[in-house]
Amino acid sequence: MNQFLDMVLIGISAASIYSLMAISMVLVWRSTRVVNFAQAGMALLSAYIGYELVARVGNFWIALPLAMILGAAFSAFIEFVLMRTLQKHSTQGAIAAIAPIIATLGLLGLIRATIGFIWGQADVQLEAPLSKVGFKFGETTIAVSPMSLFVLLFVITLMIIVSLIFQKTNIGLALRASAYAPEIAQLAGIRVSGIRTLGWAIAGAAGAAAGILQTVNGAGSLSPESLEFSLLLVFGFIAAVIGGLESLPGAVLGALILGLVLAAVQIYISGALVFIVAFLLLLLVLIVRPQGFLGSKAGRRA
Amino acid sequence: MLKINNLTVAHGAIRAIDGISFSVEKGQLAAVIGSNGAGKTTLMRTLSGLKSAENGTATWLDHNLLHGKPEHHVRQGVSHVSEGKSVIAQLTVEENLDLGALWRRNRDEAKATKEEVFNLFPRLGERRKQLADTLSGGERQMLAIGRAYMSRPALLLLDEPSLGLAPLVIEQIFQSIRHIVDSMGVTVVLVEQNAMGALKIADSGVVLNLGRIAASGKASDLIADPAVRTAYLGF
Repeated sequence: MNQFLDMVLIGISAASIYSLMAISMVLVWRSTRVVNFAQAGMALLSAYIGYELVARVGNFWIALPLAMILGAAFSAFIEFVLMRTLQKHSTQGAIAAIAPIIATLGLLGLIRATIGFIWGQADVQLEAPLSKVGFKFGETTIAVSPMSLFVLLFVITLMIIVSLIFQKTNIGLALRASAYAPEIAQLAGIRVSGIRTLGWAIAGAAGAAAGILQTVNGAGSLSPESLEFSLLLVFGFIAAVIGGLESLPGAVLGALILGLVLAAVQIYISGALVFIVAFLLLLLVLIVRPQGFLGSKAGRRA
Repeated sequence: MLKINNLTVAHGAIRAIDGISFSVEKGQLAAVIGSNGAGKTTLMRTLSGLKSAENGTATWLDHNLLHGKPEHHVRQGVSHVSEGKSVIAQLTVEENLDLGALWRRNRDEAKATKEEVFNLFPRLGERRKQLADTLSGGERQMLAIGRAYMSRPALLLLDEPSLGLAPLVIEQIFQSIRHIVDSMGVTVVLVEQNAMGALKIADSGVVLNLGRIAASGKASDLIADPAVRTAYLGF
């Protein structure tokens, strides 16, 4: 029973960070039809910026929102400068579909190299602002610490804010309309290109939060070639695909499924199998239900 | 008024619109008819800024229609309902309508316009919270026209509103279009394959054939023209 509870707690805690990464992939996919591999680099950069801000401001609670704002600005800048130019130059044929994806891979390398150039190849430490020791109930220690509880509550709060923006505001209506049917949105008077940039900005903020929270909730060390961040991207992508790549609630559900499955593997079988299972899950979803579990079969209608 | 002069639009290697000129008086309903591939949809997409022209001019009042994106033209009073019931299926009826007025600064006026749309199409009011996906073909077309009307256009471009609809529903949609022209003072360009239906409610007509104007004039004259009758009206 205790093991099961641990599995659920670990799974949900991991899922909260995967879901941030997943919604950031979904937002970019919905607004520009690009799978952004640079997201891992952008999250890593945000974590470094968080590290830098903590060093300068001395306060994690100020550094986190600041890094999210900078992450949003950087992501918007990439869309504005790189993606728009690519779209303008390659509007025809296969290259139009491939060029942006290859460009995000290039950008990933560029960001990592730049991080190495600025902060060096050696690990830097971003210390957790809260204790990572699990809460104690009598004799037993559960798999939830003040830090991981904060992460969970923070992510839930962000999700509520994002869904309120999308469902209840004019900007959210414009974001959804531009994602579902850009041409109709344009004919309705929406400045679709600006809305695209905004989609990337929100994705950048979510990615930045994912990067920082992943670091402080994990080992706390950062390096330019961090494998952890490549995996974060992969997990975010898997969660997004399970959710159908189009849907924000789907991305959260996908993250939850992934988090729980991986926690179960880790606790009941072996930690060494986690990555194998993760990738098998990705392939399985692509084979069995490529439209995901909340995506519509026809893909994008209208 | 809407003035089109020597307009030429390429569609890939072919000239979909080949040097056409015509004009539509303010407050009038003009029907553009012709068979498949005549260039009707290309013409509409060019006027709303979705497609760029090779040559010629197109102006609405003082506004150059060949320069700028659709969202720019909407703000100048030109709205386009594209072919095939242009509504967003994943949004509710009300969201589809609100979308058309998001850019308007005056929210009270936008609200008033929405009431106008619900008066014009009461069925949209009844279904305002439903997803557009659940609407019938006729209701979708009403929603598409309503959405375009939400931006309070002076010039409304309608591309084949009758497509795939039952005759009775078409009749109803056409009456609503006529009502928009007569009571709300909107100028309408109506592209139709349903040539007879369109000419019956129109003030003037343009017959397109392979990107060129085959005939034009008063709608009643076109209906009476033997050449137009045999080629386009089917009797």
